[in-house]
Amino acid sequence: MTEAPKDLPTAAAQATEGDEPPLAAAPTKEPMVVITGVNKHFGELHVLRDIDLTVGRGEVVVVLGPSGSGKSTLCRTINRLEPFETGSITIDGKTLPDEGKALAQLRSDVGMVFQSFNLFAHKTILENVTLGPIKVRKKSKAEAEAKARELLERVGVTAQADKYPAQLSGGQQQRVAIARSLAMEPKVMLFDEPTSALDPEMVNEVLEVMTSLAKSGMTMIVVTHEMGFARRAADRVVFMADGEIVEVATPATFFTAPRSNRAKDFLGKILTH
Amino acid sequence: MGELFATYNILGAFGLTILLTVSSAVGSLVIGTVVAIMRVSPVRFLNRVGAFYVNVVRNTPLTLIIVFCNIGFIVNLGMSFTDNIARNNIIWAIIGLSFYHAAFVCEALRSGVNTVPAGQAEAARSIGLTFGQSLTEVLLPQAFRGAITPLGNTLIALTKNTTVATAIGVAEISGLMKEMMEFRPDVIVVIFLIVALGFVILTLPIGLVTTHLSSKLAVKR
Ligand SMILES: Nc1ncnc2c1ncn2[C@@H]1O[C@H](COP(=O)(O)OP(=O)(O)OP(=O)(O)O)[C@@H](O)[C@H]1O
Ligand SMILES: [Mg+2]
Repeated sequence: MTEAPKDLPTAAAQATEGDEPPLAAAPTKEPMVVITGVNKHFGELHVLRDIDLTVGRGEVVVVLGPSGSGKSTLCRTINRLEPFETGSITIDGKTLPDEGKALAQLRSDVGMVFQSFNLFAHKTILENVTLGPIKVRKKSKAEAEAKARELLERVGVTAQADKYPAQLSGGQQQRVAIARSLAMEPKVMLFDEPTSALDPEMVNEVLEVMTSLAKSGMTMIVVTHEMGFARRAADRVVFMADGEIVEVATPATFFTAPRSNRAKDFLGKILTH
Repeated sequence: MGELFATYNILGAFGLTILLTVSSAVGSLVIGTVVAIMRVSPVRFLNRVGAFYVNVVRNTPLTLIIVFCNIGFIVNLGMSFTDNIARNNIIWAIIGLSFYHAAFVCEALRSGVNTVPAGQAEAARSIGLTFGQSLTEVLLPQAFRGAITPLGNTLIALTKNTTVATAIGVAEISGLMKEMMEFRPDVIVVIFLIVALGFVILTLPIGLVTTHLSSKLAVKR
C-alpha cells in the first residue's frame, strides 16, 4: 500500500486512461481472475455452461443478462459460496481449494457485496468493518479500527461508526458493506446487484463509491442493471443468457452494436423502460 | 405451618430442587449448544446424528430416562461417582435431566439460528471467517438472543421436571411433599400450597426475566 491520496488512479487504471479501451476478447493486463470451462447444475438445471472468462488486474467487468441467466451463481462460484462440478477458477494464479481453513483464507482475498447488504446486525458499524481484519488477518484491534475509520470516511459514513446496521439507511448500509469488504484488502471485488434493494434516491451514493473504487484500480466484477454505471465504469461488458456467456464487448460496442439476437432483445427490453 | 417447617426440612428439599435445576440448566445448555452446532454444521453426518439425538430424546418420557440412568448405569453397569448412594443418585439425576433438556435447548437455539438471515452467514464466509468463527462471531450471539424466550420456557419446564428425580430416590421437594402428606393428612392442602407456591417463586422470575431480556437484547433488523 502506498501513501497515494485515495482517489488518485493507480498504475493499473492509468494504463487504460487515454488509450484505446482494451480489446474485448483478449484483456492485455496480467490476469487476476481466470475462469476456465466451469459447469454447474442445480439438480436438473444447467445454470453455468462452459464459462470461460479472464478478468485482468484492475479491470472492471460488468455482467448483464436477463433474470435467471446465472449471474448471481457465477459471482458466488468465484468465491466458492457455491461449489461447481467441472472447470477451474483461479484468483491471482491460485486455485480456490475445497471447503475448509485454506479456502477461508483465500476467500478473504475476494470481497463480495450482496444485494441485501448482509451487515452483522448485532455488531456496530465499526465492529462490522473490523471483524475480518482482526479474526482473519490477525491485526490488532487498534490497527483494525484505524483502518476501518479511514475506510468509513472514504465511503462517507464516519458519523455512523458506533450505530447498529438497523439504524442506517439502505444506502449507508451498502456503503458500510463495501467498506467491510475493502478492509480485507481484497484482490478482487464482486458485486451482486448492489443497488437493486435501494430506494432510487440512494442508488447514486453507492454507485459513486463504486465508480471511485473502479478508478482507484480495483479489479471488479459487477452484476448490475445500472446501465449508466456500465457505460461509465466498465472496461468490458459480459452478457449472459441461460447460463452461457453470449457476448463480451466494450460498453460502447455492446450498447450501440450488440452482435447476438439475445443481447439485442435484452437491450430492447431494458432501454425502452 | 411453622411446625411443618420445624419437623420437615422443606427449605433443604427446595435447595436440592434448585441444585438439580441449576446444574441441569448448565449441563443442558452445554450439551444442547453442541447438538445445535451439529445440526447447523455443513457436515451431513453430524446433522443426522444431531437430528437423531433430538428426535429420540425428545420423544422419550423423562421418567424413563431418569430410571434408566439409575438402574442402567448405577445398578447394572456399576457406574458410580461416589460411595454415597444419595449423592450418586443426585449426580445421575442431573445427567439424565441435562441430556433430556438438551434436546429442547438445541431446538430453541436452532429456532434462534433461523432468525439470522442466511445472507449474514454468507457474508461471514465471504470475508474469510472459518465455520467456527462464523458460528461464534455471527450466528450464535444472535441465535442466543433470538432464542431467549424458548430457552426460558425450557428452563421453566426443567425446574418443574426436577420432580421426576424423586423416582430414583432423590430427596427433592416433591418427594418430601409425598412424605409430609402421608404423615400429616390434616394439613394436606397447606402442604400442597407451600410446595406449589415454592415452584411459582422459582419459575415466575424466570419468565419475567426472559421476557425482559428478550426485548432488551433483541437484535434490531
Ligand atoms: N440455490 C438454488 N437452488 C436451486 N436453483 C437455484 C438456486 N439458486 C439459483 N437457482 C436457479 O438458477 C438459475 C440462475 O439463478 P441466478 O440467481 O444465478 O440468476 P441471476 O442471473 O442472478 O438472476 P436475477 O437477475 O434474477 O438475480 C435460476 O433459474 C434460479 O432459479
Ligand atoms: Mg441474481
